[in-house]
Amino acid sequence: MSRATAKGQTPLLDDTDRALINMLQGDFPLVRNPFADVAIRLGIDQGQVIDRLQRLLDQRVLTRFGPMFQIERIGGAFCLAAISVPEADFERVTAQVNAFAEVAHNYRRDHALNMWFVLATETPQGIAATARRIEAATGLPVFLFPKEREYFVEMKLEA
Amino acid sequence: MMAAHRENPVLQDPNDPATVPGVGYDEAIERRIIIATQDGLPLVPQPWDEVAREVGLPVDELLCRVRAMLERGVIRRIGAVPNHYAIGYTANGMSVWDVADEWVDAVGEFIGALDAVTHCYRRPRRLPDWPYNLFAMVHGRSHDEVRQQISDIADRIVARFPGACRGREVLFSSAILKKTGLRIGGAAGSVQKRG
Repeated sequence: MSRATAKGQTPLLDDTDRALINMLQGDFPLVRNPFADVAIRLGIDQGQVIDRLQRLLDQRVLTRFGPMFQIERIGGAFCLAAISVPEADFERVTAQVNAFAEVAHNYRRDHALNMWFVLATETPQGIAATARRIEAATGLPVFLFPKEREYFVEMKLEA
Repeated sequence: MMAAHRENPVLQDPNDPATVPGVGYDEAIERRIIIATQDGLPLVPQPWDEVAREVGLPVDELLCRVRAMLERGVIRRIGAVPNHYAIGYTANGMSVWDVADEWVDAVGEFIGALDAVTHCYRRPRRLPDWPYNLFAMVHGRSHDEVRQQISDIADRIVARFPGACRGREVLFSSAILKKTGLRIGGAAGSVQKRG
């Protein structure tokens, strides 16, 4: 995809920020001084790499930086789930759902099913158990959409 | 999986237990590594040294174990997760498709390979309210752009698999309510650590 050019996009990213974000969506060197390696590739110094990363996290341009786990490979499970939340209750239900550590991501979407979140649990049984606890907390039915097959995953978005 | 083979001066063969004596698969240690890093890597010049201290391993062994976790897919990748809104992808459309069961895998392979689609999964229907069994994420800079991409995908499906697709919708995200990634072990906090 082509580069972002939208005006009024906040916060503004400079070319080095974009290069850093793009580079760090690939492979982070698994060495003792990885930021020094990144710094050489970007042509800036290590302190700048670290400071920029911290700023991008503080600004929430990056939501996290570190290993991304496939919990299924150690016996855990991920599952997409959705709730149809009455508009008047949206804030309350958001707080209730987000309070569960098992909720890894949560998005509001424009649909009758207007809250979509991902559960991550240490055992496959944990998914249904967590869904029941969320139903108890919110008073609303939770629809589970387990992944039956994955066709493709490419998480890179060019900044 | 992209593994950074070229970068590692310490470990020539992470699958060779002789590389670091005493290193074999150990679920309990891997779990400690996950708990120590799930909030993010410390932003210090030697982040793995800090993780190694927290986990209680020599850093060489930690690197070896992390490499093995990457190669087994326990770690999908190491790096940054952008907030796609903040980098200009303000339209995030979850396209959902009702595809005849006998065609769903063929259609899934087909649209999953398209550039516009970043994730594609088959999931169960929840009848009667939810007839859709194929989910494909499409990111773009406007709702119109994403709608156009989805319309193009629909045209391609019709051309290639006539009659296979019985309906579709797109659900745009209007807010990120939470995006912390997984948390196991009751670890507190979601703030990136900094030394």
